[in-house]
Amino acid sequence: MSTLFEEVPPSFGDDVPVRRLELTVNGERRAADVEPRLLLAHLLRNGFRLTGTHTGCDTTNCGACTVLYDGVPVKSCTMFAVQADGHEILTVEGLATASELHPIQEGFKDEHGLQCGFCTPGMMLSAKALLEENPNPTEDEIRWALSGNLCRCTGYQNIVKAVMWAAEKLGGGTAGSDEAGEEG
Amino acid sequence: MALDEIKIGGLGASRRRVEDNRFIRGKGNYIDDIALPGMLHMEILRSPLAHARIRSIDVSAAWAIPGVRMVLTGEMLAARNLAWMPTLSYDTQAVLATDKVRFQGQEVACVVADDPYIAKDGCEAIVVDYEPLPPIVNPSQAKAPDAPLIRDDKTGQDSNVVFDWEVGDREGTDRAFAGADVVSAIEMHYPRSHPSPIEACGSIADFNRATSKLTVYMTTQAPHIIRAAVALVAELPEHMIRIVSPDLGGGFGNKVPVYPGYVVSILASILLECPVKWIEDKSGNLISTGFGRDIYLKGEMALRSDGRMLGVRMHTDSDHGAFFSDAQPSKFKIGLMHSAFSCYDIPTAHLTAQGVYTNKAPGGVAYRCSFRVTEAMYFQERMVQAAAADLGMDQAEFRRINLVRDDDFPHRTPWGFLTDSGQYQKCLDLGLEAIGYEDFLAQKEEARQRGRLLGIGISTMTEPLGAGNSREYDILGIKMFDSAELKVHMTGKALLRTGAKTQGQGHETTWAQIVAHELGIPAEDVLVEEGDTDTAPFGMGTYASRSTPVAGAAVAMVSRKIRAKARKIAAHLLEVSEEDIEWELGRFSVRGAPDRGVTIQECAIAAYSNMPDGMEPGLENNAYYDPPNLTWPFACYIATVEVDPETGVWDVLRVVAVDDCGVRINPMIVEGQIMGGLTEAYAMANMQFITFDEDGNCIGSNYMDYLLPTAWETPGFELHEVVTPCPHHPIGAKGIGECATVGGPAAFVNAVIDAIGDAGVRNIDMPLLPDRVYEAITQGHDISGAPPVKTEP
Amino acid sequence: MYPSRFRYEAPSTVAEAIGLLAAADGEAKILAGGQSLIPMMKLRFAAPAMIVDINGIGGLNYHRADGDGTYRIGALCRHADLEKSASLGDHQPTIAAAAPVVADPLVRTRGTLVGSVCHADPQGDWASVMVSLEGAIVAQGPNGQRSIPVDDLIDGPFQTVLAADEIAVEAVVPAARGTRAGGYLKLERRVGDFATVGVAVSVEMSGDSVAKAGIGLTGVGPATINASGAAAALVGTSLEADAVDAAAQLAAEAAQPRSDHRGSADYKRHVVATFVRRIGAQIQRSEQKAA
Repeated sequence: MSTLFEEVPPSFGDDVPVRRLELTVNGERRAADVEPRLLLAHLLRNGFRLTGTHTGCDTTNCGACTVLYDGVPVKSCTMFAVQADGHEILTVEGLATASELHPIQEGFKDEHGLQCGFCTPGMMLSAKALLEENPNPTEDEIRWALSGNLCRCTGYQNIVKAVMWAAEKLGGGTAGSDEAGEEG
Repeated sequence: MALDEIKIGGLGASRRRVEDNRFIRGKGNYIDDIALPGMLHMEILRSPLAHARIRSIDVSAAWAIPGVRMVLTGEMLAARNLAWMPTLSYDTQAVLATDKVRFQGQEVACVVADDPYIAKDGCEAIVVDYEPLPPIVNPSQAKAPDAPLIRDDKTGQDSNVVFDWEVGDREGTDRAFAGADVVSAIEMHYPRSHPSPIEACGSIADFNRATSKLTVYMTTQAPHIIRAAVALVAELPEHMIRIVSPDLGGGFGNKVPVYPGYVVSILASILLECPVKWIEDKSGNLISTGFGRDIYLKGEMALRSDGRMLGVRMHTDSDHGAFFSDAQPSKFKIGLMHSAFSCYDIPTAHLTAQGVYTNKAPGGVAYRCSFRVTEAMYFQERMVQAAAADLGMDQAEFRRINLVRDDDFPHRTPWGFLTDSGQYQKCLDLGLEAIGYEDFLAQKEEARQRGRLLGIGISTMTEPLGAGNSREYDILGIKMFDSAELKVHMTGKALLRTGAKTQGQGHETTWAQIVAHELGIPAEDVLVEEGDTDTAPFGMGTYASRSTPVAGAAVAMVSRKIRAKARKIAAHLLEVSEEDIEWELGRFSVRGAPDRGVTIQECAIAAYSNMPDGMEPGLENNAYYDPPNLTWPFACYIATVEVDPETGVWDVLRVVAVDDCGVRINPMIVEGQIMGGLTEAYAMANMQFITFDEDGNCIGSNYMDYLLPTAWETPGFELHEVVTPCPHHPIGAKGIGECATVGGPAAFVNAVIDAIGDAGVRNIDMPLLPDRVYEAITQGHDISGAPPVKTEP
Repeated sequence: MYPSRFRYEAPSTVAEAIGLLAAADGEAKILAGGQSLIPMMKLRFAAPAMIVDINGIGGLNYHRADGDGTYRIGALCRHADLEKSASLGDHQPTIAAAAPVVADPLVRTRGTLVGSVCHADPQGDWASVMVSLEGAIVAQGPNGQRSIPVDDLIDGPFQTVLAADEIAVEAVVPAARGTRAGGYLKLERRVGDFATVGVAVSVEMSGDSVAKAGIGLTGVGPATINASGAAAALVGTSLEADAVDAAAQLAAEAAQPRSDHRGSADYKRHVVATFVRRIGAQIQRSEQKAA
């Protein structure tokens, strides 16, 4: 993939357009030269080696590639990398701090909300966006908010429980969730 | 003081999963996450037509694209004797097409390039000239007298029939039918479905010319079988092949077979002398790799008027696509179809089965089941419901009087299996009580008066899980045992490896619990590794719910070997004879002097520092486990539904599951398996299928048409448990991973058929799409879903 | 999964975008939400030579009611903006009913109503909704703006009358003469599925009588269907069961479905009629409640 970002080999000639983009990924400023056709998911995975963002389908259905784009959950396989120029991206790798897991991560583990783990990063980011908008969701609201993310293993029941677990943990007026609630 | 087994993460502990630590951080290591220095990327060009002769392939434009490093065609492979490969069912399959394409999506050429975008550009630049041939999309077309011969590559193959197979007592069954009061008959099609793990297949082949070693990272549920297959296909020495199966984003049977993409990536790596990565896209996965099901049933049941089952006759026609590449025991051509009706006490039965070639993707993999067991149990429970209706009997009562009774074990089934344990009536009763059976029937009747359609569906079944034994079960002659290797280090920490391969089932967590149970070493002190053929002991992999019954048993057995050696060390340390040593969890003590003891950890260090004279040092061993029988879990699934009579849309009201899978190692994980299985059952009943039009176009080749349910549609599940330990498994466990997928679909379908009972409909083929249900209600006839799908311009 | 090469431009004004389109000679595609375009490019069903990304153009992400009741939805207003709008339902009940059932929650955060209408997918939800509301698209080209009724905009599957150098900058729903009511029902097998059948019914009530009505049908023809005859049958009625039933039958006749793996043509017609009846009943119930 090195030909798709950073630098274009001479053999490509002048007709291959390349663009410089600068963005923030998980709080860190990054820059890359990319071909416009490079999908955001591939920039993250192959360019920045943030391989927690998975690609599970080619038709914008599965949501395994979900990332937060300026805080909004999007399918990163259905945006071009160049569209992230000047924007902020949060991937699964940015959920935890060095010392602490995010409550959503803890919830997924504690409630057995994952099996093969492939859909999990996307699920967790959709869940994060939900909880920032709605800190105390009902089961139906969780199921609705996660309906753009397919899971093949769990049957979703434990994923719903995981999100409720996280909502509970995040509750009690922590600053982060209050602010997010007002934004939503 | 004995250890608390739950506290050390032993048997019965709902221990949180070890593997989750990396997955929740996005630090899993799936195939596409692996990047090797100098790696090139491969893409596959697939046939747009279902059946066509290849006149020519022009690859010149692809070669001309900067960044394209190699273009491979069938012709190139044929020159190296690699254009065809053996399948897991003693057939052959084209790697890249040479003479004809035989299904839409068949692999025609591969392009290797600096990145996958350029490889795709290369594929697009290839020009193939096809001469279309008439396509065949179902068995009746395949068997028509003037049907075109699909496998004209095979000498001696003069029809599209793959096999004819028969089992059971034909004459005895004829007699049972002659003496029957009532004969109940039904026909149906179990549609083609795809296991469709969210992660598709892929490989990275890395051939090192200097060392002659080939390392292949690939999505496989059975790395050791793949190593053998690669050795045979590529004619490489087996010890110079290393297969590594990394984290798998689901498998469900899809990642058992050998696919052309794997083979070509290996060849490309050998030719280019650099790593070559092939990552299949979802469309490629759905259109070309191992599907499940696609099988037709004609079934009849002989009944006495009091409700007793006297005999069963089944004939199945299976559609194997263009190449017979089922992953199944070589002895059983239609898998374990003859395990149908194993939970019922039936005197006699007869099964005939015929398989055919069609112009569809090859497969017939065991999609989240033991070889064809899902079809068997679906047919069984649909036949049971129809028979109860024909007798005018309550469907629960009909099951109750025919289920094998607790005191009848071991029980020989009419087709020769030996079921060994269970409490079938208890499970049924628990399920009926949980759903509130009588209340629901009253509610249903009351709703009917107001024009609302409620229904209840029951599915009870036992299924054979955990192949082998090796007497009867082999794949390509390789016996279906499994293995475990345990290395207890001197500080009492341990490394465990097995021949299985987890894909989400949680082996890294569960196997450590078995070691904890057997040795008292805390589960967190046991590292579990699988999937690397250079380090793991030889095993047959994970599918057919065989991990716990076979590899899990091997883990227990190797732990016991370790314990036996540790006992000798303990005797030495305690200066008593071995006969005077007693074991409690994690500790040996002197009989009659319980205060005098040594822990397993103390034995471990002694194994390296203070072993008795004459004893081999170390505390490491392995076990190869060949189970004496299959395991026979039992399940009772009950679903209630409401059908909208105006649209045919049906909603699930409740789902109750009662599973008896024997002893549960990690109840949390077991329940996770059941819920996942129920979801796939719901999916198959409701929306998930692959069909074809009359031109052989695959409908269902991407997630826009091949529908997996989301969190929104998927119902909630109420789980219940009965425990009848397996009498032959070392810790009493039975398989569980697939029960709900196997038994579940019939519960949903039976519920919908029950809801529209007044329409006089016996069967609607899955999935029960709204239009099918609506047509059944309004037209009052059975609905066939067999391809070709009816389309009009 | 890997789109073909293209030139990428990200203009910051509509005029600049129009200039780029004009120069591209029909080989350019506009990227707004991209939730239909990019999937088609990934499958290489679409391979435009140039992408004109309008996401950097300011001032297009609005939805609002003018003083006279005219409703305007900008080209960068996302489905989710509509779904989450607290006030939309009061002004535009049909739009509010459709917004949550378009695609899936993630697609809705990017996809746009205007883009969806211009994509002209016969299975797209928004075009039917707009047709039922007599909505229009405002197209801007080198010579200024023109308003094109959505019913005239779409002239075939995935085809519109937009010129190669025109950009659809907003969707406009004319002001209602009475109280607006309406609904959208979609038969989908799961979230994110395309509509087997979708029906949009919009009415303007004058007292308890229908002053104006529109019915748009999704997924039952080669393009979005304006069931104007069926809608006309509602005008002057109080949405009583007989009247709605007559309209439902006319809507079913207006549908031109084909049999496929989602259902037979007859079935789809039947669902069209059923949905018209259901929306009619919903409106009547809510009207009664309001009264």
